[in-house]
Amino acid sequence: MAATPIPLEVRNIKKRFGNTEVLKGLSLQAHKGDVITLIGASGSGKSTFLRCMNLLEQPNEGDLIVHGEEIRFKETRHGREPADWKQVVRMRAKLSMVFQSFNLWSHMTLLENVIEAPVHVLGKPKKEAVEQAHALLERVGLSERADYYPAQMSGGQQQRGAIARALAMDPEVMLFDEPTSALDPELVGDVLKVMRDLADEGRTMIVVTHEMSFARDVSTQVIYLHQGLVEEAGPPAEVLGNPKSERLKQFLAPKH
Amino acid sequence: MEALIANITELLAENTIFNAQTLGYYGEGLVTTVQLVFLSLIIGLVLAIPLAIGRGSKRKWIKMPIFFYTYVFRGTPLLVQLYLIYYGVVFVEGIQDTWLWLILERPFYPALIAFTLNTAAYTTEIFHGAIKATSRGEIEAARAYGMSYSLMMRRIILPSAFRRALPAYGNEVIFMLHASAIASVVTIMDLTGAARFVYARFYAPFEAFLFVAAIYLCLTFAILYLFRYLEKRMLAHLKPASQ
Repeated sequence: MAATPIPLEVRNIKKRFGNTEVLKGLSLQAHKGDVITLIGASGSGKSTFLRCMNLLEQPNEGDLIVHGEEIRFKETRHGREPADWKQVVRMRAKLSMVFQSFNLWSHMTLLENVIEAPVHVLGKPKKEAVEQAHALLERVGLSERADYYPAQMSGGQQQRGAIARALAMDPEVMLFDEPTSALDPELVGDVLKVMRDLADEGRTMIVVTHEMSFARDVSTQVIYLHQGLVEEAGPPAEVLGNPKSERLKQFLAPKH
Repeated sequence: MEALIANITELLAENTIFNAQTLGYYGEGLVTTVQLVFLSLIIGLVLAIPLAIGRGSKRKWIKMPIFFYTYVFRGTPLLVQLYLIYYGVVFVEGIQDTWLWLILERPFYPALIAFTLNTAAYTTEIFHGAIKATSRGEIEAARAYGMSYSLMMRRIILPSAFRRALPAYGNEVIFMLHASAIASVVTIMDLTGAARFVYARFYAPFEAFLFVAAIYLCLTFAILYLFRYLEKRMLAHLKPASQ
């Protein structure tokens, strides 16, 4: 039996902004059902790393393999670019992203936000997409809000809506870019609960977060980044329970 | 108030100006003005959408000519543009022998061309600004969800930019209505043309021009109302929920 391809593999990603090298060779393999959390101080490159995974940032070096398909790059005058944007579009549809600032499309209702990409990118029949969207909104506890516009919802509701939008793509891997950082403390819990449920049902997730309890309880692997390099990586009990490097110890020390 | 009404009734009783013939002129003028403004706005709008997209292009050879065009048409008086097109075109060598002359010899079409080019330039800038103001995060989300550039333009950027541009575009429509009055200087019998005619005939400036001013006011109110309605419907997403 042929092994099912790994949902997402990145190898030796390097990224420079001008003369500053922010990612100095990062690799990662997300197997089915993995929940990988990326932690690190701000400026460590964790968000940039995540954004390189769906090419919102173009890595200067490194390979990207989505569900067994390697993304082709070419060198241009402006630097390295994907050789085939159609391939990128196809690959992005397999990875859906949840942003720190939600980024729901403000001129659409929540329901329209959820069905937009399935209908117009994946070509799903609208009726089917609407049914699915209602089920997803129910799941994230927002069935009452289907006809609301993003500006009419709280941050926590918007973020849960954004998660429903991501789920509607039936993605191979979900990328979370600090999904709770822009939320009021009392709203964080609802969003984390939805994310825990997703992890429990075996979703493959890569999460950039500052929520150490989430990293500890939910993830299968924790990667601690420092200045664009992996400083420590492994199961949460090891990395968070028994940090080896001085820097990680300090990072994890309770701040008062 | 009562004195005013009495005055008006008295005026109307003695009125010799507003008879069937002059009212007919005003009526025809109204039709011409509405045609001229409506057509130039529609064509201008259709032109402005691709121009506004091109105006924001990264490629210099697309961006610069459009910027030059909007700069020239916004930087010179509409009246001068109208004169250039109406009087200037006659002197283009050989134009009188082509089919174009059938269109250009009457004043309506040169005026339509001038108005269209003028409003397209302003509308291009209005839309360009609105497109530029699209939230970066929403664009990023569109890219992250696998949208191609054209799909993103069609589904995300333009729909949200149109809504943002609506109030400013409403002003442009009213501006065009009022600017259309200058059509009368190239002998078009639009509303103002009709008023000039009545003024010349009866030497009654107040009656002739106040009447036409009232008609413009009514048209303006209609436009304002239309845009208020559109804004209410299309900008619903910017209002907090009324719970």
